[in-house]
Amino acid sequence: MSLNVPTTTPRVGLFVTCLVDLFRPSVGFATIKLLESADCTVDVPRAQTCCGQPAYNSGDRKDTADIARQVIETFEGFDYVVAPSGSCAAMLKKHYPELFAGDPHWEKRAAEFAAKVHELVSFLTDIRGMTDVPGSFDGTVTYHDSCSGLRELGVRSQPRALLGSIDGLDLKELKDADVCCGFGGTFCVKYPDISNAIVTKKAANIEASDADLLLAGDLGCLMNMAGKLKRQGAKTEVRHVAEVLAGMTDAPPIAGSGR
Amino acid sequence: MQLTSHEFKQNSVKALADVQLQKALRNVEKNFIEKRAKAAEALPEFDALRDNAKAIKDHTLAHLDLYLEEYEKRVTESGGHVHWAENAEDARRIILEICRKRNAKTVTKGKSMISEEIHLNDYLSEHDIEPVETDLGEYIIQLRGEHPSHIIAPAVHLNKDQVEADFRRVHTHLELDRDLTEPVTLLAEARAVLRQRYFQADVGITGANFLVAETGSSVIVTNEGNGDMTQTLGRCHVVVASIEKIVPTLEDTSQILRVLARSATGQEMSVYTTFSTGPKRAEDPDGPEEYHVVLLDNGRTAMLGTEYQEMLRCIRCGACMNHCPVYHAVGGHAYGSVYPGPMGAVLTPSLNGIDKAGHLPNASTFCGRCESVCPMRIPLPKMMRHWREDEFERQLSPKPARFGLGFWAFFAKRPALYRAAVSIAMPIIAKLGGDRHRLKSLPLASGWTTHRDLPAPEGKTFQQQYAARAKAEHHG
Ligand code: SF4
Repeated sequence: MSLNVPTTTPRVGLFVTCLVDLFRPSVGFATIKLLESADCTVDVPRAQTCCGQPAYNSGDRKDTADIARQVIETFEGFDYVVAPSGSCAAMLKKHYPELFAGDPHWEKRAAEFAAKVHELVSFLTDIRGMTDVPGSFDGTVTYHDSCSGLRELGVRSQPRALLGSIDGLDLKELKDADVCCGFGGTFCVKYPDISNAIVTKKAANIEASDADLLLAGDLGCLMNMAGKLKRQGAKTEVRHVAEVLAGMTDAPPIAGSGR
Repeated sequence: MQLTSHEFKQNSVKALADVQLQKALRNVEKNFIEKRAKAAEALPEFDALRDNAKAIKDHTLAHLDLYLEEYEKRVTESGGHVHWAENAEDARRIILEICRKRNAKTVTKGKSMISEEIHLNDYLSEHDIEPVETDLGEYIIQLRGEHPSHIIAPAVHLNKDQVEADFRRVHTHLELDRDLTEPVTLLAEARAVLRQRYFQADVGITGANFLVAETGSSVIVTNEGNGDMTQTLGRCHVVVASIEKIVPTLEDTSQILRVLARSATGQEMSVYTTFSTGPKRAEDPDGPEEYHVVLLDNGRTAMLGTEYQEMLRCIRCGACMNHCPVYHAVGGHAYGSVYPGPMGAVLTPSLNGIDKAGHLPNASTFCGRCESVCPMRIPLPKMMRHWREDEFERQLSPKPARFGLGFWAFFAKRPALYRAAVSIAMPIIAKLGGDRHRLKSLPLASGWTTHRDLPAPEGKTFQQQYAARAKAEHHG
């Protein structure tokens, strides 16, 4: 770790995200391990459900604001708030302040809260100066840049740098890695045919990469791509990048392994 | 064209099954993106130019009335006429009057999205005036009785073979052995036909990429030169443009021109950039005897001061649609509106009303690629979200979706209840996944499982497992 990292151990509130909580707890535990190896103490508040994105992107501002206030209240006592998801982190960091712009009570509070929020991998590298990870992996992986993390938070080089620090891991760039996978939250169920067309292209690029394992930083995208790959009988396995970085790959891959 | 964005879903299913269209769309995806990326990369100050361009337009919009007045003054001084049109009907009527005064039978047209917006061609035809499109792409779709599927490449949904077949059908003079297999031979054929039409035309109608307040000039950029022919060969030139096309000075124009072509086609500049200022003067070798500008509002002033004002910075480069995965999947016609893609998803509801714009602002994954390439830095996803909020508040969004959302929000706002509910549900769904850890179908989730397997949950939720561990540690 670099020298300019503060010596005190910061307290991190883990915003676990609803999809990780419900579908992929192993990502939550991998996140805790990574945060602890970056010298943080981690706490997981019980009073969390979801960041409110489904309501926000459906135009339901009132429910979104209710949920956002709940999240802010729950997490504002921590030094940092970290989420293993670019889109949830962007929701907390970028959209909560927009949501409360002009609100005399909440504008400042939302802004102060937002300043503490980080996406997991960029937090590890940019804030904690982490260059080595506990994980190990032998094989070829490829990486998909999820849209929110990439375009709203600038997460691109960070996961590549950490993956690159793992001996035996061969990172093959994915063609059109920065193109949407077609998940888009509720988009994928509102426009299933278009979503399918988009993820079909993505799956073709993933298969063409010849990687054994596909990684990304957002569970929604991962479930979408894994679901498509398995439906097509592809053998590529799929995991959240945190699992590999933490060396916690005992849980079966997302949507299982094999065809 | 009729607004049919309510049929977006049906349109998109059709578009996805159209093999020929899908092939054409792959070219959009490849060519435009690569070319823009190269052009942007070759110009280190590209992003700074974008900031500049944005600032110029923001300034202009903040003083729109002043610049429009200034512009009108300059046009009048140079011998031209400015006509103010509040809506499409006004604009059509004004143009028809100008044409009638000149006894026009045929008018040539340079590509103009505004004339699409006001349905000008149909209107002129109904009044016995034949409009002839002179942009190759527009000419082709006019032969086919279609509308543009893209704002700068109107016929991008077609391939060469289709165009050849259309030419053979309509250009009855063509010999069978005439080679029409290449874009250049197709272009030559269209040119030959269009050349005569230019000379027949009594009036030439063009759009404008910019209106320059400083000089009273209208500016058009084309790659075929058809705009120049249209405006110089006719005896009367009519410019039809919306009010937000105004820029203060020539210098501002050149700044924005530098990002326009690079964003649109990856060119440094379009092949032709033509400035027209008033009618032909005594010493000019050519030019029209009459010069008119029809300034269209059609809902734009109502956007000023609202969360949609930033949309008025748009310079119609098309980069947002060229980079949009949804546009790549379904093409421009599926949107069922004059303006397709991300910019249309914001602009169409502004011009036509959100109640009529149906799916448009919803049919986006919010991937943000449109915003990331927009030369004018228009926050397109944010504005689409505003439209969704508008729809939600006015209860225009579909009932089942509202109900589902309400149900979900009820739990999301009650963490204890939420945890209790999901602690029961998730292990059951996990069991359904079995050893394969995925589900082929799940009741109520067919939107997902028609096309994809559903990855099964691991079992107990994270919160359950975390609590159990904490407890074990406490006791251990
Ligand atoms: S919204 Fe931006 S990218 Fe799209 S056409 Fe307008 S200026 Fe170009």
